Amino acid sequence: MKKLSILLFVFFFLLAACAPQGPAEQAMKAPATLTVMTHDSFAASEEVIAAFEQAQNVKVTFLASGDTGAALNKAILSKEAPLADVFYGVDNTFLSRALEAGIFEPYPSPALASIPAEFQLDPSNSLLPVDYGDVCINYDKAYFAERGLPVPHSLEDLLNPELNGLLVVENPATSSPGLAFLLATVAHFGDPGYLDFWADLRDNGLVVVGDWETAYYTNFSASSGHGAQPMVVSYGSSPPAEVIFAETELEDAPTASVIGPDTCFRQIEFVGVLKGARNRALAEKFVDFMLGQQFQEDMPLQMFVFPVNPQAQLPEAFVKFAQIPSQPARLDPAVIAANREQWIAAWTETVVR
Amino acid sequence: MNERSPTTPVVGAPKSPVIGTPKSGDFGVRHGYHSSRLLSWLPPLAFLGFFFFYPLARILVTTLDPAVLTPDNFHITLSALRFTFYQAALSTLLTLLLGLPAAWLFARFDFPGKSLLRALTAVPFMLPTVVVAAGFNALLGPRGLISFLFPLSSFQFSNSLTAILTAHVFYNTTIVIRIVGNALAQRDLRLEQAARSLGADGARVWLHVILPGLRPSLLAAGTLVFLFDFTSFGVILLLGGAAFATLEVETYIQALHMLNLPLAGLLSAVQLACTLALSALYTRAAARTRVQANPRAVFESARLPRRRSEKLFVAGLVALLALFLVLPMLALPLRSISRLEAARGERSRVQYALTGDYYRELFVNRRGSLFYVPPIRAAVNSLGYAGLTVALSLLLGFPAASALARPGRLERWLDPFLMLPLGASAVTLGLGFILTFNRPLFPQNGSLNTDHWNLLASPWLVPLAHTIVALPFVIRTLQPALASIPDRLRDAAASLGASPVRVWLAVDGPIVWRASLSAGTFAFTVSLGEFGATALLARPEYPTIPVAIYRFLSQPGGLNYGQAMAMATLLMALATLGILLIERLRIPQAGEF
Repeated sequence: MKKLSILLFVFFFLLAACAPQGPAEQAMKAPATLTVMTHDSFAASEEVIAAFEQAQNVKVTFLASGDTGAALNKAILSKEAPLADVFYGVDNTFLSRALEAGIFEPYPSPALASIPAEFQLDPSNSLLPVDYGDVCINYDKAYFAERGLPVPHSLEDLLNPELNGLLVVENPATSSPGLAFLLATVAHFGDPGYLDFWADLRDNGLVVVGDWETAYYTNFSASSGHGAQPMVVSYGSSPPAEVIFAETELEDAPTASVIGPDTCFRQIEFVGVLKGARNRALAEKFVDFMLGQQFQEDMPLQMFVFPVNPQAQLPEAFVKFAQIPSQPARLDPAVIAANREQWIAAWTETVVR
Repeated sequence: MNERSPTTPVVGAPKSPVIGTPKSGDFGVRHGYHSSRLLSWLPPLAFLGFFFFYPLARILVTTLDPAVLTPDNFHITLSALRFTFYQAALSTLLTLLLGLPAAWLFARFDFPGKSLLRALTAVPFMLPTVVVAAGFNALLGPRGLISFLFPLSSFQFSNSLTAILTAHVFYNTTIVIRIVGNALAQRDLRLEQAARSLGADGARVWLHVILPGLRPSLLAAGTLVFLFDFTSFGVILLLGGAAFATLEVETYIQALHMLNLPLAGLLSAVQLACTLALSALYTRAAARTRVQANPRAVFESARLPRRRSEKLFVAGLVALLALFLVLPMLALPLRSISRLEAARGERSRVQYALTGDYYRELFVNRRGSLFYVPPIRAAVNSLGYAGLTVALSLLLGFPAASALARPGRLERWLDPFLMLPLGASAVTLGLGFILTFNRPLFPQNGSLNTDHWNLLASPWLVPLAHTIVALPFVIRTLQPALASIPDRLRDAAASLGASPVRVWLAVDGPIVWRASLSAGTFAFTVSLGEFGATALLARPEYPTIPVAIYRFLSQPGGLNYGQAMAMATLLMALATLGILLIERLRIPQAGEF
């Protein structure tokens, strides 16, 4: 009994010894450290980050902090003693709220010169655009072709009785693409016109789920989950991702996006230097780096977003399979911030209650 | 001194106490009893105080805002509260309905494959919700097995209350099996035999002998299941769709999607108050049903089914458990080795082929990503965190549970508070952690890098957070077992000349050992499957398996889906092995007294 319990404890302490060690050793050696707080969809190539580290003689640590809302909350709550120097991942739906919180330092990066004005939504330059992506309806090409169904080209087309029960969307209260699609309808139909549209959509057999993972992998018919709906609210970059992450090589993407006017909502993601950053100069260098060509060209295959820097070349799969809408829906971030809660509440009343 | 009635009556049979001879008051009280009791409270209270109550209080005070008390917000809170209670009560009832016969099955009968099935029933408890949703979908979804077998059934599974209830039963049956099963396994068969020989029929034996003896463990299991369902988050969000919101889901929406922290604070305060009230009710009920009996060894009560009805019962229940708890899980390993035909986009009829690609691909950092995780490292991280959680929660839970097993006034006060970690919204607590621990614990002056003293930036925070969640389980598992140890056995041993150490080893030891294994299993699974806190607190360099699964599932593509399934299979294998290993540690001579 005693022996066994000792064994048990030895076992546990061995396990404990296997547990990850703190970053203490590296911290002692490295000449300088830079901490970047991000949402958990952030990704980058090892060699790209290593290039920055070598050039600036710095060790970059990334602090992934949940989804965009969680990460932003984390940054706001820790503003007295910031956990990081740089924050990446504020999108245009959260932009005004993030600026109101006053956690960012203005930084008019010289790299902004090559970024189109349409992406620069913050005149104070506290938050600088890094990437964009369009939230669009993806459809199952084979499903539509086999049944001879009309592919929709506008939001109104979705009300076609032939498409009854074929669209799955995410709840805008719990999902960021869900919110983006709601915003597209607000931009197109206005307030309160969007509610009539949603009521009609509900009557046309709309399916609502909680999050993108469920919508895409459980409900969408063209994903590996082969669900029941051939249309899903996803991203314009999902079709190339289907090709890149196919089980076996695909000639063509199994899905495509509906890119008619106002059917997609453009999400823009921003980076900013946090107030009280321990290493302000390096933080600014990192912001420059994120806007520069090397990082911008790395983003598409890592995060499946589009570079804001027009000099950046898109990878082949993106050129072939990603469709960029010519007229995405847009809303002023300040208007979004002011109405977000009310729009979501009214949507919930109309669609699910 | 004599606070409790010495003749704690057996509920259900108040006139003829069948179990538990009158206990001679607090006869065995020694000097220094109270100070040692305080001492045993110190570690768990200090831990919870610093890592739970303090951050929670800070975030609640920070978000406190009288402006939040509007009729609209009251409406949101009330409707969430109503639904939360409704689904939790229904789920608990259903869980007990499946869990009690299952507990009886494992405690009473031996059958081939018993230990494997027993271990498998604990695996659902730690599966991330996304994985469970995928499993159920493969089985019950629009193109799942059921609709394949019965093409005409227009069975709508996800986005329904049925889905929520099914998932809750799937997750929590193991709680009943383990806690009630433990009590059943060590009950004194002689009591039943005595009752039968006195002419009681089966129903009477159940009603007056077995059930009263099970009351403490039933209460403990029921409370845990209810609280778990009460604070349910992932299941509601992923399987319930948009129409259902519990307090926890509403808190998450308000805090992270509306950035409305005051309302989130109000919602989590309501949830905490409900948890506290429920726990207080439990404590009162538990105090009235304390039962001491002669615990017996497991091998004494478990045997092969003999009669026809017994064989039917065993076969039927094993089939039901396999169907309900194991089959949805089996869908994942199957999916992880099967591939859709190449030209997936060009045909709607799906064709499968076998493949090992997904597993092979796990070991390749195809895109040179900075955050690529080799599966072995994710497994080592997960196991390391789980091992630490087991050790820490047993170390902290044991003294608390032994004090609670012999409750005095202090214990009855403290008891409900120990359950609060189950009722705290993970989002709120996470934000509290950020508010509280975002500066170095030991500030160093000068230019020395103080990063590694910053708890929030440290990987140690994850096992600490897991321990907070695991602690109520550990305490509730240990407590009924410890309370069942009869004082008179101890007294007898002592009067026969055994030293206190020997008394503990001979009397308490075997019972404690058995309960510790169950408690350890809970802590292990809680930690292994935990995602929410890990995602918020872990550093990307030290991802766990659930974190890796989510990373794969957050991007489209068949390869990502397949790799997520492969990772999930890995997680299930690891959990099954871990649980089997822990249960192997049962000492053979347990109960030899």
